[in-house]
Amino acid sequence: MQKSLLIDPAKCTSCLQCEMACSFEHEGVFNPAKSRIKIFEFEHGARAIPYTCTQCAEAWCMHACPVEAITKNATTGAMEVNEAVCVGCKVCTIACPFGTINYNKDTGKVIKCDLCGGDPQCAEACPTDAITYVDSSWTGYERMQEWAVKTQTHQA
Amino acid sequence: MKHIIIGAGPAGVIAAETLRRTDPAAEITIIGSEPEAPYSRMALPYLLAEDIAEEGTHLRHGTDHFDDLNIKVLQDRVTAVKPANKTVELASGASEQYDRLLIATGSHTTRPPIPGMDLPGIVNCWTLADGRAIADKAAAGSRVVLMGAGFIGCIVLEALAARKVQLTVVEMADRMLPRMMDETGGDMIKRWCENQGVKVLTSTKVTGIKEKDGAMTLSLGDGSAIEADLVVCATGVQPNIDFLAGSGVATDMGILVDHNLQTSVAGIYAAGDVAQGPDFSTGKQEIHAIQPTASEHGRIAALNMAGQPTNFKGSLSMNVLNTLELISSSFGLWMGVPGGERAEAVDKDGFKYLRLEFDGDVVVGALALGLTQHVGVIRGLVQTKVKLGDWKDKLLQDPHLVMDAYLERTQGIASPASRPF
Repeated sequence: MQKSLLIDPAKCTSCLQCEMACSFEHEGVFNPAKSRIKIFEFEHGARAIPYTCTQCAEAWCMHACPVEAITKNATTGAMEVNEAVCVGCKVCTIACPFGTINYNKDTGKVIKCDLCGGDPQCAEACPTDAITYVDSSWTGYERMQEWAVKTQTHQA
Repeated sequence: MKHIIIGAGPAGVIAAETLRRTDPAAEITIIGSEPEAPYSRMALPYLLAEDIAEEGTHLRHGTDHFDDLNIKVLQDRVTAVKPANKTVELASGASEQYDRLLIATGSHTTRPPIPGMDLPGIVNCWTLADGRAIADKAAAGSRVVLMGAGFIGCIVLEALAARKVQLTVVEMADRMLPRMMDETGGDMIKRWCENQGVKVLTSTKVTGIKEKDGAMTLSLGDGSAIEADLVVCATGVQPNIDFLAGSGVATDMGILVDHNLQTSVAGIYAAGDVAQGPDFSTGKQEIHAIQPTASEHGRIAALNMAGQPTNFKGSLSMNVLNTLELISSSFGLWMGVPGGERAEAVDKDGFKYLRLEFDGDVVVGALALGLTQHVGVIRGLVQTKVKLGDWKDKLLQDPHLVMDAYLERTQGIASPASRPF
């Protein structure tokens, strides 16, 4: 069963544990600036939205990559960046209409959520269950899909 | 069903793969004219900068990729298309029959009509062969003149700088990136380059080039001259359409295609840099010689070729560029529309710039310098024509709130009802 991240902003207290966990998992440091998931605060922190890649099926980033550096992990369904192949051209960063694949100046490559290979550390770290890792059918996945279709450049 | 695809670039390869997925029984042949595995021109600068080896430029990895998909890759050059008997004629003398044809022949470089432009010390940076020639000649410390500071010129600039050459850039227009950046952005990029030791001459024409004992002298419009060991010409490209003469396929600057990526001749499609197709922003037929358009064109043309009618809403003009680590991007109608409004935040000393263009309360274009995080949402906003409502006024005050505006207006997960407190 494919799983995905379920995000419930109502439960988010903006504690940034997810960003810390993500940064540590991927970069070995506790630095929210290096996180693949990002908390956006509204009304001076009264409201917060955790935001990251939804691993959309017809991934814009994957299709736009000129050197096949982004591929789908058959087990987790995550679109993963192969750092050894990525040349750092950044085309994916403008092609993704969700803004969830970003350039990392330190490495000269792009970074995005890879679901930590099936054990997402953000969900693990979240103390309020604002981020959980559940069967895809339970999530707001369909809403995201709807949005993706709206952004599509073609229609059947 | 037999599909012939002319061109082994991204549009052609993605079309072939899409055809295979859609029509497992079809016969699919890609005809490419270069003696290389299908590769990406976009990756050439990274080869020149020695970030990657040649294999790193390949569109697909794994030696059996095309064999595994039962896609035939033929190295030859198409010299003519004969729609009356559905054949293409090849330079080798052979010919191929097709049921559906895709033209994805891309473009070729052009050089300005200046005396001396045919000297052997002048190279383009367009093909893998060009890349090898530059790698051979652009040694550290050598004097290199780059003609043209458009998008391609600026990518090449980055690669040449990485090779530690003494670099001079000559651009005819009044600023760098005249078609991708406004004056503010173009000037910032120029100043950035100069700060890093690259000499940039804008509003400057090369009037002639002469060679003596392996060294070249470029005469400039103001009467001065510069010396060079190597000249890299990046002054422009033109679609490869000459072989279509007499075929009946209608062309303008490129091959005219409709919302199905079909040309004026039924059964013949075009995709990528050679196709002049619907522009998302204007509805007119334009050439958008960019990777995302090549990819979208290739996929949608293939679906139509396979008998799955698919309507293309149009390509969005956009670019992203790294100029000596100053990152710039442009989207859609960044120059604005009549009666529209503009939000601007300029930090000249910090090399940061963001310009949003509105039509009513919809973002229709943008320019950004020094912005790398979540930049894709600008495409999201433009392409979905999201009505920003009261967020428009906030963006007019501070365009850097674009990600917040995007989240609030699109994701629908930030409604007051979901307030935790």
